[in-house]
Amino acid sequence: MNLIHDSEDNKGRSELLRFSTCGSVDDGKSTLIGRLLYDSKTLFEDQLDALERSQTLSGDQKVNLANLTDGLRAEREQGITIDVAYRYLATPKRKFIIADTPGHIQYTRNMVTGASTANLAVILIDARKGIIEQSRRHSFIASLLGIPHLVLCVNKMDLMDFKKEVFDFICDDFEKFSTRLNIKDISYIPMSALEGDNIVDLSERMPWYKGPAFLSFLENLHIVNDQNFSDPRFPVQWVIRPRSDEFHDFRAFSGKMACGVFKVGDDIISLPSGKRSRIKEILNLDQSLDLAFTPMSVAIRLEDEIDVSRGDVLVHPDHIPYVSNEIQAMICWMHETPLISGKKYFLKHLNQTSKAIIKEVVFRTDINDLTENYDAPSLGLNEIGKVKIKTQAKLVFDNYSRCRSTGSFILIDEATHATVASGMICEPVNEMPMPQYDGYVI
Amino acid sequence: MEHYRLSHLDTLEAESIHIMREVAAEFQQPVLLFSGGKDSLVMLRIAEKAFRPAKFPFPVMHIDTGHNFPEVLKFRDDLIESMGEQLIVRTVEDAIKMGIAVETADGNVSRNRLQSPTLLAAIEEFKFDAAFGGGRRDEEKARAKERIFSFRDDFGQWDPKNQRPELWNIYNGRIFEGENIRVFPISNWTELDVWQYIEREKMEIPSIYFAHEREVFFRDDQWLSTGEYLVPGDNERVQKKMVRFRTIGDMVCTGAIESTCSSVAEIITEIAAFRVSERGGRADDRFSETAMEDRKKEGYF
Repeated sequence: MNLIHDSEDNKGRSELLRFSTCGSVDDGKSTLIGRLLYDSKTLFEDQLDALERSQTLSGDQKVNLANLTDGLRAEREQGITIDVAYRYLATPKRKFIIADTPGHIQYTRNMVTGASTANLAVILIDARKGIIEQSRRHSFIASLLGIPHLVLCVNKMDLMDFKKEVFDFICDDFEKFSTRLNIKDISYIPMSALEGDNIVDLSERMPWYKGPAFLSFLENLHIVNDQNFSDPRFPVQWVIRPRSDEFHDFRAFSGKMACGVFKVGDDIISLPSGKRSRIKEILNLDQSLDLAFTPMSVAIRLEDEIDVSRGDVLVHPDHIPYVSNEIQAMICWMHETPLISGKKYFLKHLNQTSKAIIKEVVFRTDINDLTENYDAPSLGLNEIGKVKIKTQAKLVFDNYSRCRSTGSFILIDEATHATVASGMICEPVNEMPMPQYDGYVI
Repeated sequence: MEHYRLSHLDTLEAESIHIMREVAAEFQQPVLLFSGGKDSLVMLRIAEKAFRPAKFPFPVMHIDTGHNFPEVLKFRDDLIESMGEQLIVRTVEDAIKMGIAVETADGNVSRNRLQSPTLLAAIEEFKFDAAFGGGRRDEEKARAKERIFSFRDDFGQWDPKNQRPELWNIYNGRIFEGENIRVFPISNWTELDVWQYIEREKMEIPSIYFAHEREVFFRDDQWLSTGEYLVPGDNERVQKKMVRFRTIGDMVCTGAIESTCSSVAEIITEIAAFRVSERGGRADDRFSETAMEDRKKEGYF
């Protein structure tokens, strides 16, 4: 394992930043990404050639940077982004994974998908139009999906003569709206993606802007403290048992640290069983590690031969999560067939799939103005709301706002196996008394 | 407060290990598709990290076009044997004999496309329900939109418009009999990440990745290797050159580049300065704007 020290920034040791771009159909989102790739010289000559070839064929005059990201035939034909596209960008300082998502309301589910793993949401605003319904919707989704940072890119400043007043007005407008969001860090950058202003280099046409250019903003955004390092959660994924002569009694529990830090010698409780033990060894192949922190994948050996299998979660006795089979959650419905209360679904949470029933739709959120409708009988495609769910198996979880990994789940249709919803757990249905384990009151 | 930061390579590695263990836990008959190329070597390394000291809970399978570089085949056999893992080889040659794959009249054409029916037949034969592939999203535009767990119907086909949403790191691997999932554990790696990882892990790679002297001729903007499968035309002059391969595929369509790189470190420096993408050297991707999307719909890796 190469743990980064702040002074080291060289190859293989740089940090990874994931960001999602949510933009409306023609506010220049694909152009912005194309511009970033183009100006940072991440684009290769043959990709540019192919692009120019396709331009000649379709008779366009200017090279359309959006064609770099809209890779599917249907997207090229219709001139829109349909699906989430993942793009990669590297500078000497950082590696970036960009989830480029469509802006239209009919693709809300793709937006939610792209936002699910992002550290940063990039919201594009057309300077001529200001904050519109779609901008609010994107911001709400970023907030709901727990993205800690948001940057409002006020694009097409070239069409507004690079006026400071235009930019200030839009920022003020967004600031008022954002008090209803749960995003801790919001930044604002005026730009022209088409002409390259404030993308890689600071624009000479907006001398009144004192902040960083977009790329420099991306390189320097502080993300280390976004992770939860205080609640250790190790969902067991796979038990390693070689059953060979050399490793006759070897048994290790492998998985990915969902949250927090575990050190060798730490006490653990396996939930939901409540069995206790202590960490004997943390392994990454043949390397023995002193500690494991999120998001590392490791194998853990325990001092005692306790019964632990896939689906169990190892936690620290001082930091106990919820254990319940009734939860309340915000869900985004992602399928054409609407939610049916009382119908059975599969719920996949951490490494466990359980049968589940949606008991009740508490409310549906209007994702354009954030109002809550308490009379909603169901949720349809791209709708978001709060539901009560009962599961067959006990879930070991945290609030999504506390830990994204242990607070998220998907719903799968029993008959078609389609992924029909994504969920973020708010809390258990009833505040329960803390469970008792092995005679201990925790 | 203590700070815990993971480097980007370790972050990518952790994600890939997690994906492999998910597949092992949720599928009955997974298989790892291996080509001998650098991406599949990284997959093997990830598999070691995911499952050692136990054996892999799946076999390794190579779909051999019959036009492979002999150095790579030797490397494959030695490596899998030293790892103590099970290797399955299915050949396009056999698929052609059985009538599953049909060669086009032009004898010089790449057999890459014929790998698809061969692979589908092998999946059927062994009842594989999940197949790991070394595809990366930075390779090509259609791949940029593919899921890590990529669903294939009864005919092994990919439907780009009807993909399951994939959120966080929760993968929906539920399938019915006859369906299968292609899984791409290194989806989020770039070519540079792969090389940096090979260097860091001090991995062995086939010799043809390094510069060597070879008889080549120039065709379609690239240096192709002469051999029994690929005969230069009358106007194509054969020359001896110092070259290396950037990708390893079918000899017929994989172009070499002029290079003097003799170490992984030199390759990394060379790639960082490159202005042509990795697949720029492969004729099979150049047919049309959507060549890869079309091949993937047919069941290609």
